[in-house]
Amino acid sequence: MSEAVTPRRGPRGWVSRIDWRDRNTTTFAVLLGLAIVFPGLVQFATGGNGTYLVSTAADAGVYVLLALGLNVVVGFAGLLDLGYAAFFAIGAYTYAMLASNRLAVTPLHHAVHIPFWLLLLVAVFVAALFGALLGAPTLRLRGDYLAIVTLGFGEIVPRVFRNLATWTAGVNGISALDVPTLPAWITGPWAGTPLAIVRDFQFIDPTAFYVLMVALLVVIVVLINNLQRSRLGRAWMAIREDEVAAAAMGINTVTTKLLAFAIGASFSGFAGCFYGAKLSLVSPENFSFVVSVTILLMVVLGGMGNIPGVMVGALAIYVIDFYVLTNLPSWVSGAAGAVGLGFLNQPQGAWPGLGDETQRLIYLVFGLILVCTMLLRPQGLLPSRVRQQELARATTQESLADVESA
Amino acid sequence: MLHTLRRIRATLAGPLGTAVLAVLALLVIVFVIVPNVISQGLGLFVQILAYGVADGAIYALIALGYTLVYGIIELINFAHGDVFTLGAFVSLPLLSAFGLVEGKSGGAHLVLGLLAVFLITMLVIGLVNVAIERVAYRPLRNAPRLAPLITAVGMSFILEGIMYLWRGAFNVHYPDLLPGNRIPITSGASIGAKDVIVVVIAALLVGLFSLFLSRSRLGKAMRATAQDRDAALLMGIDINQTIALAFFLGAVLAAAGGIIFGLYFNSIRFDLGFESGLIAFTAAVFGGIGNVPGAALGGLVIGLVQAFSNAYVASQWSDVIIFAILILVLVFRPTGLLGMRVPEK
Repeated sequence: MSEAVTPRRGPRGWVSRIDWRDRNTTTFAVLLGLAIVFPGLVQFATGGNGTYLVSTAADAGVYVLLALGLNVVVGFAGLLDLGYAAFFAIGAYTYAMLASNRLAVTPLHHAVHIPFWLLLLVAVFVAALFGALLGAPTLRLRGDYLAIVTLGFGEIVPRVFRNLATWTAGVNGISALDVPTLPAWITGPWAGTPLAIVRDFQFIDPTAFYVLMVALLVVIVVLINNLQRSRLGRAWMAIREDEVAAAAMGINTVTTKLLAFAIGASFSGFAGCFYGAKLSLVSPENFSFVVSVTILLMVVLGGMGNIPGVMVGALAIYVIDFYVLTNLPSWVSGAAGAVGLGFLNQPQGAWPGLGDETQRLIYLVFGLILVCTMLLRPQGLLPSRVRQQELARATTQESLADVESA
Repeated sequence: MLHTLRRIRATLAGPLGTAVLAVLALLVIVFVIVPNVISQGLGLFVQILAYGVADGAIYALIALGYTLVYGIIELINFAHGDVFTLGAFVSLPLLSAFGLVEGKSGGAHLVLGLLAVFLITMLVIGLVNVAIERVAYRPLRNAPRLAPLITAVGMSFILEGIMYLWRGAFNVHYPDLLPGNRIPITSGASIGAKDVIVVVIAALLVGLFSLFLSRSRLGKAMRATAQDRDAALLMGIDINQTIALAFFLGAVLAAAGGIIFGLYFNSIRFDLGFESGLIAFTAAVFGGIGNVPGAALGGLVIGLVQAFSNAYVASQWSDVIIFAILILVLVFRPTGLLGMRVPEK
């Protein structure tokens, strides 16, 4: 009986169900394609010196992960979280404490070395636990109060890590973290060696981290996509649109919001664990309020609630903030030197030199980019279709009401 | 299980929560303040108190701007801390223009000169903030709620960028114009004349401001807009003008706070507003965001907490203590110290 109604499932059926006219599908396909060709392309373009860029791309992947996680809290459930970096810090420090020699010099006197793969899960649970602990007493607060509590938490966590120097080495941070290791891996001509099976493959090469990041991102994106369509995801969106109505429909708003908070936090912990392993160093300065705000910018600028939008937003902000603006001073002074305006690079009187002057302009440029993008596209670069329609309809209705009342 | 949890929560948020907070505050006083007063003397206690009140008065001036703007358009104005710093930076050239030089100016010249500097800076910064509102927030009034929050962050970067370009990344010396006399209390402890002057100026400004809000027609319009924007519109209140006025007044108070900060600490930096703004915002929430006396009280309390934890605990834990208190207050008394219960809109 069930055979008659069950739709045909199989590789073919799965492929045929993809709607290629959907803009999101195209974005996903483009992103995946770019991610696959990126290392090769970069190495080709730079003549084999592109490892630094591949490494930067892996770091950008961390921020994409963070933005995806914050999108669950802010975009799906509509809860404003201004202290998201706190969970990032908790994940990173979980890895740093449990996968380095740090605990040997603390009152515990025993170093702990747990494998990276296990700690990824541990970091997820620890971050989710802290998310739930913070959320449980505060989620009944009105929206903005919640934002403020998270802001406070985000300020507290890095400071606690900085001040508890006996355990965390304070401002110096914890360094020389364990290298993630795979028990077995296949190597071959693509890595410049004969085809063989390697034991204990170590993640040292940035390209290896990049590949790992892309693989993790693919899994996470599929997961979040399904989460969005699940009963829980729909409950989040119901709460976002109208909490009272959602409660009237039988949604347990407190539990649902708590889950959004904890799940969002767990993504941050996951990203933190990866970040610690890749950098092999965690320090309290890497988790300040600016990080929380940057992640929020990525989510809002990309298009809240829309997964590919958030990914594009995260990549755009990362490239602008951490690559273009960071390297702009040296590029500008290099360019000036190349076209014969090298004298501009010399400081003279009140003129600090072209590179330095550009350095001073960075704040201004970044601020202008934020304000202008937001003014031109208040709904984000790639807004969620559903929300866009809702917003458009809401404004037309409102303006109609205005006309009628006038 | 869940039902019990809810009941516990409901009780916590009510009078019991306030009682819990009061007990916690009492415990801190008995176990932290009193032993230190006994061991280090009452004189030092009064000295710290004076410092805390002066510091708190500056926070109160900034916090009022946060509360005003939030009360009317529900925006956490991240650029407000930088408006405060801009006040200090703009007043610097004005001081020298009026011939106020460290150690040389005094008497009537000092008082009148400072008055002029205060008035001009407040006016300029007020107008700057109105312009910021016009450019960055008004076009987004019907946009998704987070859009103006992001432009506020952007404006914060822009203001910091301007001050960075203007004066560089380092501490800028602010002339020490106020008399450095100290009023001795006991041997080894004293209150600075500066502390008193700062508190008097701030109290005067807050007093004038609350008088404006409670007595004037425009103040009434502002309170009406904060309560219900649509109803205020129907009563013929110009909403755009009222919102602009809120930004103007907030900036006026912040600019005064910036000058007072400069005169008090004699050192300013382009990114000063970031940290101070965050703490002042905490103060506004602490007192009950949207509530004007609450913001003033919140500023004072935060200033005192900071002063006492700097002196009696350790300065690196001060911020942790402030934000932990913030979370505790919001858990046990979600509306802040003086806030009213507002139904979810």
